[in-house]
This record gives sequence, C-alpha cells and structure tokens, in this order.
Amino acid sequence: MDDPKTFPKKRLSIIIEAPFLSRLLELLDSLDVPGYTAIPALAGKGQSGSWRRDSLSSEANKMVHVLIILDEEKVPGVLEALRDVLERQMGIVTLSDVEVLRPDLF
Amino acid sequence: MDFSLAAQNLISPPVLFFALGLFAALARSELAIPEAVAKALSLFLMLAIGFKGGVAASEHGLGLDLVLVILAAVALSFTIPLIAFAALRATTRISRIDQAAIAAHYGSISIVTFIAGTAALDAASLSYPGIMVAAAAAMEAPAIMTALFLARGKGDQGAPAGQTPWREVALNGSVVLLIGAFAIGMATGDTGYQEIAPFITDPFKGVLCLFLLDMGLVAGRELRQARKTLTPALLVFGFYMPVVGGLLGALVAALIGLDRGGIALLSILTASASYIAVPAAMRLALPEAKPSLYLTLSLAVTFPFNLTLGIPLYIMVAGWLA
Repeated sequence: MDDPKTFPKKRLSIIIEAPFLSRLLELLDSLDVPGYTAIPALAGKGQSGSWRRDSLSSEANKMVHVLIILDEEKVPGVLEALRDVLERQMGIVTLSDVEVLRPDLF
Repeated sequence: MDFSLAAQNLISPPVLFFALGLFAALARSELAIPEAVAKALSLFLMLAIGFKGGVAASEHGLGLDLVLVILAAVALSFTIPLIAFAALRATTRISRIDQAAIAAHYGSISIVTFIAGTAALDAASLSYPGIMVAAAAAMEAPAIMTALFLARGKGDQGAPAGQTPWREVALNGSVVLLIGAFAIGMATGDTGYQEIAPFITDPFKGVLCLFLLDMGLVAGRELRQARKTLTPALLVFGFYMPVVGGLLGALVAALIGLDRGGIALLSILTASASYIAVPAAMRLALPEAKPSLYLTLSLAVTFPFNLTLGIPLYIMVAGWLA
C-alpha cells in the first residue's frame, strides 16, 4: 500500500500571555490566516521565573499557545504584523515545517 | 483601643480558612481548589454583594450622596497611586515602570477585601450604605490611568506608549457583574431580594470561607516566592501603604458625611490592592513591569495584612471619625 501523500506547510507557534490572547486573535482575524487553534498552557518556566496555572490569581502570567498552519508565502506578512504587536510582550514565536494531509484546508 | 474587634475578626471562620489555605500552601500540601470553581465562587460573591448593595440603595433612594461617594472614590483611586509612587521613589531602587505598576495596584481595589470587610461589619452588627458597592466598581480603573501617566515620566527612561487596554478595563468581568447586579438589585428591590435571598444570603459566608481558603493557597504560594523578589523596603511598603491609603479614605469618607460603616468600607477600599484586574491590565499596558513584584506585594503581603489586622483597624478608625 502506498504511503498517503502529504503536503508541505508552515506551522507558526505563538506562546503568549493570556491577557493578550483576544488582541492576538483579533489581529489574526484581520490577516490572511486560514485558521488557528488556541490551547491553554498549564505551567511554565522562563526568564521571568516559573508559574503554574492553578496557583495564579489573575489572567496575568497565565500563558496560552496559539497554533497556525499556513502556506509559506503568507508567512512573511503574518510575521511582520506579529512583530509590531508582540514586540514588548512576553512570549515565544517559532516557525517550523510541517506536512499536512489535506492542503486545501490551509 | 478596641482589641475585641480585632480578636473577633481574627477568629472569624473566613479569616481562619484563609489562614488554613496559607498554612497548606506554605507546608506544600496538595490541597487545591480547581480554577473554574474558584472563579465561580468569586462570581457568586460579586453577584450577591452587588445585588444586596442595589437593594439597600433602592430602599434609601439615590441622590446627591451617591454622586458624592462615587466622585470621592474615583478621586481617591486617581490620587493614591501618586502617594504610592512617591513612597516607592523615595525608598526603593526598582525601575520607574515597576514603581508605577505597583502604584496602580494600590490605587485600584480588591473586591474580596471589600467583601471580607462587609462580613466583618455584619459580624459587628454595623450597617453600611448599599452604594459602597458602586464606589468599589468605580475605583477599579482610574488608578491605571495615573500609573500610565507616571510610567511615562520624563525623557527616555519611561515606558513607551503601551497598548492601553481601556476596553478590557472598563468592561472587565467584575465591574460588569458588580454594576449589573447592583442595577438589578435596585430595579427589583425588596421583592426581588425575597425571591433570591436563600441563594445569596444564607450561603454567603460559607462561600466566602471556601473562596478565602483558595486565596490563602494562592497567597501562600506567592509568599514562597517573596523571599526571592521582595527587598525589605518593598516588604515594608506592603504593610504601610494600605494603612496610609486606608486613613486617607477614612478622612475623605468622614468629610463627605458617611456613617461608620460607610467610612470603614471606603477606608477598606482605599487600603486594598488589586490582584486580578490591574495585573492583567499591566501585562498589556506596561509589559516591562515585573509581575513578580506587584503580584507578590499585593497578594502575599497587603491582602493578608488587610484581612487580618487592617479591616478591624479601619473599622475602629471609622468609629472615631463617624
């Protein structure tokens, strides 16, 4: 049996503070992004110390993870818009290669 | 000095449950309250306190005194960050942005401290005006404006213009629920109150105990970090700043002619420091400010102080001024 055919795409991963999530999603809605998924993070550690979701009183310090799968040619435009907005915020933005089964979705 | 009030407060179930949570967290117990439950408990408390405030206000009617109380509350929220900022400038070496962010927390309020204050007044059989709930809601945001102004400073040492979250602050969940429940309480009055009294009055103190248990756990975990982040000058600030704010609030409340309960509550509001709304706003508006400083101070130092010793102190001072 043949291996199912897959297609190359880019995955943009953004870990950002929870208070910032709604603004980030508004920004993504305004850009040419086919879709995204946001996932709550449970705990973490970084330059500003460590945290656990269940021990925080406020949305401050909580982090969320936003995943976007998109075509390579759309990446520069999205990254540029993100850089302007995320410049001063805590967080991690990474870009990686992925393979998808159904390319028309992205 | 009236020590019985302080003793009565210290051995009240809500404060003891807070102490239990604090102890459990410091002892690294596994005890935890799920995030969603804690959120639901706080929604219940705000709904109940807002609604009861609205009912009380509908009985007494609203007039010039409401406007006066709100104006005084807003003015205090604008002013207190200036005092906090000046104190931090004089005594600490943390960055200007950190000083401004901490100042915002002290100008804004902690609704849980306010609720604990109403419970302490109830326990001491002291009444208070229903409109104080509206004053509490009005005090959440102005301090943030002062802090942003302070953070900018002169020259290039200040913060660049941030992404000020006005919509998030103005329509923050607790403000909407407090004001909304207050309005519903006013509109439905005593008839409405009778309909939902079994839900909002009888379980109130029990829910407060459970919520304060969670607050104790959160504060205890924060306290474990305090040794690493807080300098002695900052730690001391967490104790004297609420007293300074509380006294200022009490004086203003007495000047505008509030009764003892009203003076005590405005004093408690000005003494309290935010740890929910302002931290979230600061992450957007002043992302360079360190949450480890403002959250630890507000949550692990000032909140426990107000809950245990501050509230009886402010009620006592209110007795002298009324």
